[in-house]
Amino acid sequence: MHRPMTTETFKLGYNDIHDDVIRSIVKTGPKYYIALATAGGTTLLCFFFPWFYQLYYGIGAAGMNHPGVWGTYLASFIFWIGLSHSGTLLSCVLHLTNSSWRKAMYRSAEAMTLFSLVVAATYVMVHVGRPWFIHWAVPYPNQMELWPNFRSPLMFDVMAIATYITGSTIFIYMGSIPDFAAVRDRTSGWRNTMYTLLSLGWRGTDKEWHRLHWAYTFLAVLIIPLAVSVHSIVSWDFAMSIVPSLHQTIFAPYFVVGAIYSGTAGIVTVMFVLRKSMGFEQYITKLHFDNLGKLLLVLSLIWTYINGVELFTAWYSGTSEEYEALNYKLFGYYSWLYWEMIIFCAVLPMLMFSTRFRTSFVPMLILSIAINIGMYTERFLIIATSLSRQYLPDAWGTYVPSPVEISIMLGSFALFTTLFLVFVKIFPSVSMYEVKETMATPKMEPAAPAAGSPA
Amino acid sequence: MSLFSRFMDGWRKYRKPGYYDEFDYHWTMTIDLDKCTGCEACVTACQAENNIPIVGEEEIAKGREMQWIRVERYWEGEYPNAKLSFIPMMCQHCDAAPCETVCPVGATYHNQDGLNTQIYNRCIGTRACAVYCPYEVRYFNYYDHEWDSPLEQQLNPEVTVRGKGVMEKCTFCIQRIREAKDVAKDDDRRRVQDGDVQPACVQSCPSKALVFGDRKDTESQVYQSMNDPRNYRVLDELNTDSSVFYLKKVDA
Repeated sequence: MHRPMTTETFKLGYNDIHDDVIRSIVKTGPKYYIALATAGGTTLLCFFFPWFYQLYYGIGAAGMNHPGVWGTYLASFIFWIGLSHSGTLLSCVLHLTNSSWRKAMYRSAEAMTLFSLVVAATYVMVHVGRPWFIHWAVPYPNQMELWPNFRSPLMFDVMAIATYITGSTIFIYMGSIPDFAAVRDRTSGWRNTMYTLLSLGWRGTDKEWHRLHWAYTFLAVLIIPLAVSVHSIVSWDFAMSIVPSLHQTIFAPYFVVGAIYSGTAGIVTVMFVLRKSMGFEQYITKLHFDNLGKLLLVLSLIWTYINGVELFTAWYSGTSEEYEALNYKLFGYYSWLYWEMIIFCAVLPMLMFSTRFRTSFVPMLILSIAINIGMYTERFLIIATSLSRQYLPDAWGTYVPSPVEISIMLGSFALFTTLFLVFVKIFPSVSMYEVKETMATPKMEPAAPAAGSPA
Repeated sequence: MSLFSRFMDGWRKYRKPGYYDEFDYHWTMTIDLDKCTGCEACVTACQAENNIPIVGEEEIAKGREMQWIRVERYWEGEYPNAKLSFIPMMCQHCDAAPCETVCPVGATYHNQDGLNTQIYNRCIGTRACAVYCPYEVRYFNYYDHEWDSPLEQQLNPEVTVRGKGVMEKCTFCIQRIREAKDVAKDDDRRRVQDGDVQPACVQSCPSKALVFGDRKDTESQVYQSMNDPRNYRVLDELNTDSSVFYLKKVDA
């Protein structure tokens, strides 16, 4: 993975990076406000309004019914947790393997992790019947002397996600401190006050850099197993049941791979948008798309293999309920979704064998969106097909999402976008100091550069 | 007693073989399919006894029916030679219940009588128990249900009316079991005798296909009945160790 950055980057000087990134924070055009207002308005209208409606009337506003007691809310929850996966995880792995191409993109990838997790946590509230008591799932000493059920995979889930949110928040924040300091030194007014607080008095001494690097690597090592465990635990919500086609040992790796897969595709999408909208053409280059494309291709192959294994074990079990579940998945009511998923997640990604495809921006954007549509379908199918065909044929049924659910699903993308739009105006969305590390050290001018920017 | 030794005591008790089977009573039901006529009197009785909401046509069309006990129908063969068989299905009160392990807040648990109980107040509505239940006998309150006048007059004061967002299911009429235990205690009797308590479905069964009682009492009718050679348990291969025994219908 060691490969020099493309020559375009080397043409830039340290000050250019400062200028470019700080401009993206300070200079706000009308386009940004229009985007923010649209995203915020859509969030209110499509996410919060239907949710309040559902809170008021009961969860019957969604389309869930008797065998299908879980629906798109849980599918969206897994989808967002999955999308969160690549950001911080990928950033950690690439940090530990010293991959320099990570440096221009990891900040926004980590932000994606964070906001996906926030949206996923919100989805837990949307999903449960009585969200006003959701804190009961958290172990805290209380007057009732009641604890959560420590045997429950759902309870593991709460713990895992809380830990992951905490971990990735600290990780993104700590990695941003030198950049906050750099912004602090170049802004004035309320921004200066804010960044002074955020940068925690960073001065850029050798000792500070040393400690930052140590702590950063430590956290990176800590977060990798955490990220793997989070999605394994999410998969246990399903695999620990005895529902045919959910009760499978392959589920933990299946979910982890699926999560990284959809997360990496999500990064490609976000990279494309950032590159175009913020003018980061020189930082996010063909190299990044090429490397992410290779990663996506490998993940796609693993994902396809696991899907095959899933079908095989169902067939090999030889039990009537597994046969029925398998038959229903491949040829039943939801089968057109299944084949759509196979095309989007297993067939189309084969295009990435071609270098020309990997290095073209628009096709990669389209493919990355297709992969995430396919992955959303996968999560939906895991729930919908399995719950529709369980042991007792009398209780078979189908589940179709209601308009409220679909609206909340679309609204969650707007919520994510809103959070991201706020983020790009607060955080330097490209890690300035790490991009500089990849550049040749400039010759010192006789006149010293701006004071207080050793970073 | 120190906290540690209390913990260790609890742990030893928990680890003792048979800990889960040591119930005060072990309430059990048998259903004789040879006697069952599929009249659904049990369904109606249950609906009246346990304040089960009447969800209405629209909701039933959406697949949100609520019946703690239901009569499942299965057809075999084509029209001239069609054969119908049916089986009443309710919460099996499994001693190794999948639903109990999954509830994150412990709203469903096994009580000292071997009953699988549901605590409505504690339920947060994750609906995971309904997914984990292989018998599909857990019903969710998608709305706050209302009873059209004068139906609200017949609500049973002994049973909670459940609000929206809460899971519910057959309790073996725990309110009747409680009452029987109270009466037994007040009568200076140590235990509830066979025949003291009957759930609504058992009481209303015209052909006496349903038998209910304490499995620990070897003299009880249910003990005799569950040891009938025709006995089987639904989905026994899943090792749920359920407390409802079916007596197979023997074709003449």
